[in-house]
Amino acid sequence: MIGLEHFLILSAILFSIGIYGVLVKRNAIAILMSIEIMLNAVNIAMVAFSRYLALLTGQVFAIFIITVAAAEAAVGLAIVVAIYRSRRTVDVGEVDLMKW
Amino acid sequence: MFPEAAGWAIFLVPVLSFAIISLITRPFFNSRPRISAYITIASISSSLILSLWALVSVIQAPGHAILLEPHDWVTIGSTTIQVGIAIDSLTAVMLIVITVVSLMVQIYSQGYMHGDGGYHRYFAFMSLFTGSMLGLVLASNLVMLYVFWELVGLCSYLLIGFWFHRPEAARAAVKAFLVTRIGDFGFLAAIIFLYAKTGTFDIAELYVVAPALLSATALTWAAIGIFSGAVGKSAQFPLHTWLPDAMEGPTPVSALIHAATMVAAGVYLVARTFPLFAQSPQAMTTVAIIGGFTAIFAASMGLVMTDIKRVLAYSTISQLGYMMLGLGAGSVAFAIFHLANHAFFKSLLFLGAGSVNHATGTFDMREMGGLKKYMPWTYAAFLIASLSIAGIWPLAGFWSKDGILLHAWGSTPVLFYLAMITVFMTAFYMFRVVFLTFGGSYRGGSEARSAHALHESPKVMLIPMVILAILSITSGWLPISGFLGGESMGFFEVLSHPMPWVSLILAGLGILLAYAMYSAKWLSPEAVGRRFQALYRVLWNKYWFDELYERVFIFSVLVDGLFLVLQWFDTYIVDGLVNGVAGATIAAGGILRRLQTGQLQVYGLAIFIGVLAIAACLFIFAP
Repeated sequence: MIGLEHFLILSAILFSIGIYGVLVKRNAIAILMSIEIMLNAVNIAMVAFSRYLALLTGQVFAIFIITVAAAEAAVGLAIVVAIYRSRRTVDVGEVDLMKW
Repeated sequence: MFPEAAGWAIFLVPVLSFAIISLITRPFFNSRPRISAYITIASISSSLILSLWALVSVIQAPGHAILLEPHDWVTIGSTTIQVGIAIDSLTAVMLIVITVVSLMVQIYSQGYMHGDGGYHRYFAFMSLFTGSMLGLVLASNLVMLYVFWELVGLCSYLLIGFWFHRPEAARAAVKAFLVTRIGDFGFLAAIIFLYAKTGTFDIAELYVVAPALLSATALTWAAIGIFSGAVGKSAQFPLHTWLPDAMEGPTPVSALIHAATMVAAGVYLVARTFPLFAQSPQAMTTVAIIGGFTAIFAASMGLVMTDIKRVLAYSTISQLGYMMLGLGAGSVAFAIFHLANHAFFKSLLFLGAGSVNHATGTFDMREMGGLKKYMPWTYAAFLIASLSIAGIWPLAGFWSKDGILLHAWGSTPVLFYLAMITVFMTAFYMFRVVFLTFGGSYRGGSEARSAHALHESPKVMLIPMVILAILSITSGWLPISGFLGGESMGFFEVLSHPMPWVSLILAGLGILLAYAMYSAKWLSPEAVGRRFQALYRVLWNKYWFDELYERVFIFSVLVDGLFLVLQWFDTYIVDGLVNGVAGATIAAGGILRRLQTGQLQVYGLAIFIGVLAIAACLFIFAP
């Protein structure tokens, strides 16, 4: 029987993979993808709780998160494209204009 | 009845004159300098009239004192500092002496300072000085007295350095200020000490409570502290070195400040706090010894100086020594009597020296001579003052000097003998000045002036001198010593005692020796100088006291010793502390800035670890 714990563990694993990607990857695209993984990990947790508690609030939140994630991906990719056009790279280590 | 407001007006009117001159006439009437002189003279005249009124009131008042309630000035916590004036016979005599001499000097200054660029400034300072000096003698408590004590010191500094563009004058002004400060330190310490022990600044109260509350040793130290202030102000040994240098100031300033009034403030201070001294035999002995020694010590240097003003300066120190000797011998009356007489004849001598300088353009007696013919009035006035200071009967100096000698004989015979020798020296150096300046034939003056350009000074300078000459003769006849609580001697009765004859004979011998050396030329001064060459060199170099103080104390002890230690402390400890704090900050910054990598992902990691830590804490501490 697959219970709440299994969903939460899956969610935690996905979230950790996402965090790892955000903190470690140099490629801006990969970082964006990692963020998507983290958001979806949250979605799984939301839907699992919604189901467990028999409340629709969690599912509504999940839909909001998907919407926001879509917008975020669009803006994020647009920035990455803009950076690539001006600097010919998507390595975040190279984008250091704000660094002292 | 003497109203209190009149008492305050005595010293506030000259201060007001200072304010008017510096705030109104100098900025707006700069082209009309005479206005400033008139304002000064008017203000001091009104002070003189009020002082005469005060004198008459004091004579009529019971116990020769006008008692006035003090006013609260500042309250700090439970401590209230008061201001107030008190007029007794001592103050009344001082008031008259200060206002009379100051008025004469101001009138004289109109001629002497004529055409000087700093005319307004001169009279502004002179007004301030007169007001401060009057405030000093009126003050009824030590704090107020100390304020005016420092104010007269400030005026002295400003007026010695009046021609501040001359380096010697600027140096002399600083020297006078610093040397007197050494003494003032002791005075201030004594004031604080007395207040700590008794809780009062009021002088009349201190007379009563200080002997009751202080041990004999403590009282001696308090008296010595007060006396050290007097030593600085009155140029007594060992703080005498500033007064001869102070002659760089304009001559009327020397007459008023450095002969008649300010330098006498030390004598006044001891006289004012005399009940404290009277309780301590050690303090009295100290005063007498310093005074007696200074009298002969300064007179010996006066024997060889060639600058007329310097001779007079040493003479002033010597006469102040007499006054201190009188105080130490226990006679306030004769010390103040001598102070008054000295103020008249010594200011006259200085005004005479100024008059001579006005004609010849020099103060060097070697370039003068024969001025009797050209300046008969100056000569007459100078001669009268010289006879008076030499102590010739029946001129003013005789009466007070003999009173002091009499008391010295009664207390310490050693000091009496020193004082007697000083009588001889005084007569000698004064008549040396008279014969060198006025006798013989003219020796050139400063190079620009030939004999036919010599002229008597204008009336505005002569009239004050004539008035002072009259006072130099007659002030000894006034019953001042009796008024101050001493005995007074009959006009002819005094000659029936042997002591006055001894001092008269000694003075006569001094005059005779001066005549023999500088007028009749029976003895060549050069030959005498060669004969006593070692002594002459010692005196000419002023016992090397300036060198001792400058080279040994200032350069060796202070500059090469103490100051090096202080400099090391400043460089390595104070600066080290400041630089160390800055260095530590930089080093800490160097470490901490590694944290600010500028890499977003490092910050993200830090945030993530932080969140984890918070979550962990939640689990552990809030189940």
